[in-house]
Amino acid sequence: MEEKKPIIRIHDLRKEFIVGDETVRALKGVSFEIHEGEFVTIMGTSGSGKSTMLNILGCLDKPTSGTYELDGVPVDSLSNDKLATIRNTKIGFVFQSYNLLPRTTCIENAELPLFYHHGISAEERQKRAIDALNLVGLQQRLYHTPNQLSGGQQQRVAIARALVNDPVVIFADEATGNLDTRMSYEIMGLFQDLNRQGKTIVFVTHEPDIARMSKRTITLRDGLVISDEIYEHQVDAKEELAKLPVTD
Amino acid sequence: MVFSNLVKVAWKAVILNKLRTFLTMLGIIIGVGSVITMLAIGEGSKQSITAQISQMGSNMITIRPGSERIGGVRIDDGSQRSMTLKDVEAIQKEAEFVDHVSPIVQSGGQTIHEANNWPSTIYGVYPDYLEIKKMELSKGSMFTERHIAQSSKVVVIGQTVVTNLFGNENPIGKTIRFKNTPFQVIGVLESKGENTWGQDQDNVILAPFTTVQKRIMAITYVNSIVASAKSESVAQQAVDEVTEILRRVHKSDGTNDPFRIMSMEELLSTANSTTSILTTLLVAIAGISLLIGGIGIMNIMYVSVKERTREIGLRMAVGARSRDILLQFLTEAIFISVTGGIIGVIFGITAAKVTTIFTQWPTIITGSSLLISFLVCAVTGIFFGWYPAKKAANLDPIVALRYE
Repeated sequence: MEEKKPIIRIHDLRKEFIVGDETVRALKGVSFEIHEGEFVTIMGTSGSGKSTMLNILGCLDKPTSGTYELDGVPVDSLSNDKLATIRNTKIGFVFQSYNLLPRTTCIENAELPLFYHHGISAEERQKRAIDALNLVGLQQRLYHTPNQLSGGQQQRVAIARALVNDPVVIFADEATGNLDTRMSYEIMGLFQDLNRQGKTIVFVTHEPDIARMSKRTITLRDGLVISDEIYEHQVDAKEELAKLPVTD
Repeated sequence: MVFSNLVKVAWKAVILNKLRTFLTMLGIIIGVGSVITMLAIGEGSKQSITAQISQMGSNMITIRPGSERIGGVRIDDGSQRSMTLKDVEAIQKEAEFVDHVSPIVQSGGQTIHEANNWPSTIYGVYPDYLEIKKMELSKGSMFTERHIAQSSKVVVIGQTVVTNLFGNENPIGKTIRFKNTPFQVIGVLESKGENTWGQDQDNVILAPFTTVQKRIMAITYVNSIVASAKSESVAQQAVDEVTEILRRVHKSDGTNDPFRIMSMEELLSTANSTTSILTTLLVAIAGISLLIGGIGIMNIMYVSVKERTREIGLRMAVGARSRDILLQFLTEAIFISVTGGIIGVIFGITAAKVTTIFTQWPTIITGSSLLISFLVCAVTGIFFGWYPAKKAANLDPIVALRYE
């Protein structure tokens, strides 16, 4: 793989939780690098440590030991406020259950991260939110509220929200988990488009067909990396979508 | 987050739960409204008492004979004969803080005009008496020094006497009889109504001091002396000065003065302290309802934090710091309490006005009572909003995001 700027660099990452009297070791020393422009899926069964992994990568949690550099910044020992700023400026999140604000328009949902970014005017916020919504194909739904949208559309709003602060990496946590196959492939097509435009994407999933649509899959089991596979041929989500039988 | 954004977010949250917010506000509205109404009633009655007392002459000083030992026997205050014109003259000459002084001799009796008669009191005074008592003439004129020198049989009568003896007739120039002595009416006093204690201030007959003292009562002493300080601010100095002068005249060492001096200031402060206690009591009761309103805010904020746990998690995930979340919920609580406070102020002013209309109680709304209520509201919002907001700010984003 050609030399590109590393976005994520983790080394010997460990995470332990204390539950009652027992110490649960969720991550037992994980190391890898993700470079700019990559589309990586993290696979694993439940209990494999992939949620813990994502929480740490997403700067929502801190490792017990090990180092983590995000876009050249060592983030493993930052204060909670500093981590919040990192999340605000360098990271975009997409969740399984969309997590949109109810009774709030698409624009207002999409511009949410910019509220916590100083020095952005209301006009600028709105403009960037509309740009992001255009990018995910929701230009016709700017003033709709989540309850007026389908699941796929809601997830697109969430993706627009993740794009609005122009992050260095987008983390998606089972982003297709609540969607049917057709909508899942649509969303994956969108992610592939974004990736082609240069966005770095880290996607947590347990569905192998979804994983095949990325460029690389890291598989975790019991807190350790058991495989790290780079696909030579990436499955195109739009082609797969076209192959699906049309049911009505 | 910038302040304008905070307000926007709080406004949004409030709008999404209109009824709930309104009901929570109601507690504050009623609390603030009743505090303001109670303060208005308290202030109103205080000012009306003050007004009534100063209508009687707030810089007036009354000197009465006090108890005295004559050969070891204590004699009752009222039956004293120790005060004479010498005291009046001494005050007139020496007191610097006193501008008017008048002796009083008084006698009650039946007043007769033609077929009508009426029980009244005749006061023998100097012309200065009008100034001291803040009385005005509505008709005719007051008697003068010349009338006093000549012990003239002229009187100035109060409105009650006019009504009962003359009806609608003009009394000026007519003759009335008091204890068989005929007096010519030369003036009528402006009506003053009842005083604070329900005493009719218009049932009076004023006559030259010498006339009453010599012709009617045939005495050599005076019943009491009234004087007025040059202004309210020197009333206390005037009292001290008069005390000193009278002690000298009566050769008293101060342990058992044969006179008692009362100023209206004392009366005023006694009356005011009574209304103050009452006001404090009323405000305390109203304050309790404000406290309950505050607890209502706390309750609803806890519910709000619980309900919006996932939203809090999301906001944290996209970059909100603990402080941002704390401020967001605090702003919401303050928004509710301050808006409730503003409505409460309007409600309180209206309630005070309505109270006046229905009960005739005087109410006065002071700027300070509005300001205090408003500040108390804001503080209530901060105080009762703090714990729920802190709870929200301390949430773990990972847990909050997955909260069901």
